[in-house]
Amino acid sequence: MHELAVCQGLMQQVGLVAEREQASKVISITLQIGPLSGVEAQLLREAFPVAAVGTIAEGAELEIEQMPIVVECLQCGARGEAKVNKLVCGQCGDWRTRLISGEEMLLKSLELERGASDDAA
Amino acid sequence: MCDTCGCNITDGNRHLVEEGGKHATTDSGKEAVTVLQNLLSENDHTAAHNREHFDAQHVLAINLMSSPGSGKTALLEATIERLGREFRIAVIEGDLETENDAARVRDKGVEAVQITTGTACHLDAHMVHQALHQLSLDEVDILFIENVGNLVCPASFDLGQHRNVTLLSVTEGDDKPAKYPVMFRAADLMLVTKSDLLAVLDDFDPNKAEYHLRDLASDAQSITLSGKTGDNLEAWFDWLRDEVIAQEERVAKGLIQRPRVQPEGAQLHGHQHDHAHQHHHDHSHSHS
Repeated sequence: MHELAVCQGLMQQVGLVAEREQASKVISITLQIGPLSGVEAQLLREAFPVAAVGTIAEGAELEIEQMPIVVECLQCGARGEAKVNKLVCGQCGDWRTRLISGEEMLLKSLELERGASDDAA
Repeated sequence: MCDTCGCNITDGNRHLVEEGGKHATTDSGKEAVTVLQNLLSENDHTAAHNREHFDAQHVLAINLMSSPGSGKTALLEATIERLGREFRIAVIEGDLETENDAARVRDKGVEAVQITTGTACHLDAHMVHQALHQLSLDEVDILFIENVGNLVCPASFDLGQHRNVTLLSVTEGDDKPAKYPVMFRAADLMLVTKSDLLAVLDDFDPNKAEYHLRDLASDAQSITLSGKTGDNLEAWFDWLRDEVIAQEERVAKGLIQRPRVQPEGAQLHGHQHDHAHQHHHDHSHSHS
């Protein structure tokens, strides 16, 4: 399982953004995870509180947007949803497609509290 | 990956930055910040750094991935035996424990660095970077990175390699690409190994394995071979020779090759712009 390693990378990024924005607290973290990213949303949810201990994100809410798999056919141009191991065109059946969505492993956004209450920090 | 040039902005999330901009105020009055950064951007940054080293030293780096026991080390032994005089080869071995694989490769007369990951189920760019310090890259044409035997986690971590080669042994089942789509989508080349056993296995069809690979929208070549008997190894050697030439041409033109399956933005921006890398050590050193 590499979800803990992914979560640790997340904590690093959250820390950097929070510092840049001079936040005193991270209220919520929103991720975008696609089925083809190789990480499991449920395992991320379990790893998150462990990785967040002692960081500015401790106690923050983790929201995960599960992204659909969408492919665009390079032959007929049709766009549509596809299955994780069947990334072929739903219209003409050709296998030569381009992935539009489905491999996201992104930190989408953070909800922060500004450091007004504790400017010395 | 970087957070300055917009290489994370894809068709799937572009609207997020186009509407509203980077900052917005949420209903609760708190500050909401749009980030859109890959969760492994720290790893990706180190991987890009590794790749710069490879390109600077004219090294072709190949990441070998498969489940445990599919014949990665045997393939390397056969490859070194045959191509060892044609190319200068070095190997980075990733395993949870033991130096056994590095010792096998060293027995063939090439430099090998063993990374023991302990409980970690994959190599990451940082581990590879550490290992590079033990290699004389300026004396290497092809660097093989033998990843930890695992069809799941290694696919998510860019190491700085130019190509991913995924092995599938005929004892495993020809539907493996359908079962592990993330791994097989990442393959620039699929090697169906242990073809000498096909005679006694009636349930593995290399064509079906290739069919499942195409279902992942992959046009990667598939080669069926045996490291043990030498069957069809020439096709694999020819692929390697072509890749060495292609790498030389890229280096000469200043082009950078990433393995398959990198987010589209990364392919587009190609790390050509000034990235303001803050390296913690001198970039001009030679890994001696």
